[in-house]
Amino acid sequence: MIPERLVNWVVFAGLLAVPLWAIVVDEPFTITLVTRAVILAIAAVGLNIALGIGGLVSLGHAVFFGLGGYAMGILAYHAQTYTSLDLFGMSLAGTKSMPIIWLVAVVMSALAAWIIGLLSLRTSGVYFIMITLAFGQMFYYFAISWSTYGGEDGLSIYVRNGFPGLNTLVPIQFFGLCFVLLCIVLFLNARLQNAPFGLALNAARQVPTRVETVGLNPMRLKLVAFVISGAITGLAGALFADLNRFVSPTMFSWQLSGELIVLIIIGGVGRLYGPVVGACLFVALEHWLGALTEFWHIYLGLILLAIVLFARGGIIGLLTGKEGAHV
Amino acid sequence: MSELILATRNLRKNFGALAATDDVSIDLRAGEIHAIIGPNGAGKSTLIAQICGGLRPDSGSVHLLGRDVTQDSTQARAQAGLGRTFQISALAMEDSVLENVVLGALGASGNPWRFWSRALSDTSLTAKAEAALERVGLIEQRHTRCAELSHGQRRQLEVAVALTLSPKAFVMDEPMAGLGAEGSKLLTGFLDQLRAEAPILLVEHDMDAVFALADRISVLVYGQVIASGTVEEIKSSRAVREAYLGEEA
Repeated sequence: MIPERLVNWVVFAGLLAVPLWAIVVDEPFTITLVTRAVILAIAAVGLNIALGIGGLVSLGHAVFFGLGGYAMGILAYHAQTYTSLDLFGMSLAGTKSMPIIWLVAVVMSALAAWIIGLLSLRTSGVYFIMITLAFGQMFYYFAISWSTYGGEDGLSIYVRNGFPGLNTLVPIQFFGLCFVLLCIVLFLNARLQNAPFGLALNAARQVPTRVETVGLNPMRLKLVAFVISGAITGLAGALFADLNRFVSPTMFSWQLSGELIVLIIIGGVGRLYGPVVGACLFVALEHWLGALTEFWHIYLGLILLAIVLFARGGIIGLLTGKEGAHV
Repeated sequence: MSELILATRNLRKNFGALAATDDVSIDLRAGEIHAIIGPNGAGKSTLIAQICGGLRPDSGSVHLLGRDVTQDSTQARAQAGLGRTFQISALAMEDSVLENVVLGALGASGNPWRFWSRALSDTSLTAKAEAALERVGLIEQRHTRCAELSHGQRRQLEVAVALTLSPKAFVMDEPMAGLGAEGSKLLTGFLDQLRAEAPILLVEHDMDAVFALADRISVLVYGQVIASGTVEEIKSSRAVREAYLGEEA
């Protein structure tokens, strides 16, 4: 069987090679596709911290994805219409600067994750899934009825936001930006997983009673994991909105929360590169099969079924011959 | 008499009409092993849960080092010096032996909020963890995954995790359960030494171990302590023989 490290490097190299090849053969759309995979991967890496290490099956991560999206949408909307954003009596200007948008997206999602986590972590199992789903739906319907920012139609942002020193409208430059962010997020995830926090969180998923009897609070560990997880998914939401130059309530939809879980399961739950592999496969299927049939989700479902039944460790588990993520 | 480390006072817990704990007052003093014995369903696990914090008593109190900890959470009691082992091993099965013990050391350090450094490269954690593994004789298995350990080794690991906390008192729920004669003898020898470090409240079914180790024995039947005394006193007690040791007097 193939060592996991090698699988990771191949995926990493592939993600870099495909867009570079696309430049050579002049296929800018391929770059956009890979960028989409990279952004979904960031969102799923975020979810994987809560789901894979903390065991928190959140069916509400679209909340953070959507918040990131709307953070971008609202700030850029005010910038492009030269209107001010009135908040708590303050009159703020919009912005087209990505770093500021990212910061706002991360802070807003972290805050939302903290509040949602405080309320939903009192429950576990299927109740936790339902509460996070309920929060997701609340945000979804709120966005639909929020006519200031387009309601159901969403918001179009005409020009992609800027990053100092780059022309983000050039696909490969925007890809590079997203790719670097994915690397940073993966690196953070790897450090966190092996750090004392990761060790304690990993134990809190398996035996919460043990964690209590050594004097640690499993709830608090999971809450912090949920906040970190939400913040990362929020960042991905801001990037996703910038990729499409469009944000709409579908970013808050429960289908999106579900897709994030699905692509983690396909790649490998709790694996560092699980979400990356899952996201790549998801985007590839969506593109190739989606061109053949409108009902491509059927095939995605079959793959998911096969993996759940025969390869619990996901594709990475299949390749490395190890079922569990922590073996 | 030596210092009082752990005590319950008039502890009561009812489940509906059933008095699972009925006015239980027990003491654990420095340097001793106090064994709690009793037939199945006598309320031993319920008592342990109230002492360790998993269950709130209806009335009565729990004291640790002279402080009332009745309202404290499990983790607060652990931080205050209560080291517990479980009847059914509560270990992170996917993790290595060392990781399980490092978790204990991390709990003792009180600071899990480190997101960057490698836990297994932190010598302040691993030194403590490896010392505990050395003591229970599991140091050779430190890189073994917990799920691959034998039943007996898991019992040893339970004790090792409790050791990393350097507790002021141990509460051990059937540490001998499922051990063979040899393993039981080894653990008995180990606990015999351990009492000098911190007293042990020992819930145990293995009577050979109890009679070999206990300084005092309390007998729990239907939630009540029906007898309390030295090994000799308990062995010769008529009430105990009738209720528990299974002999018709």
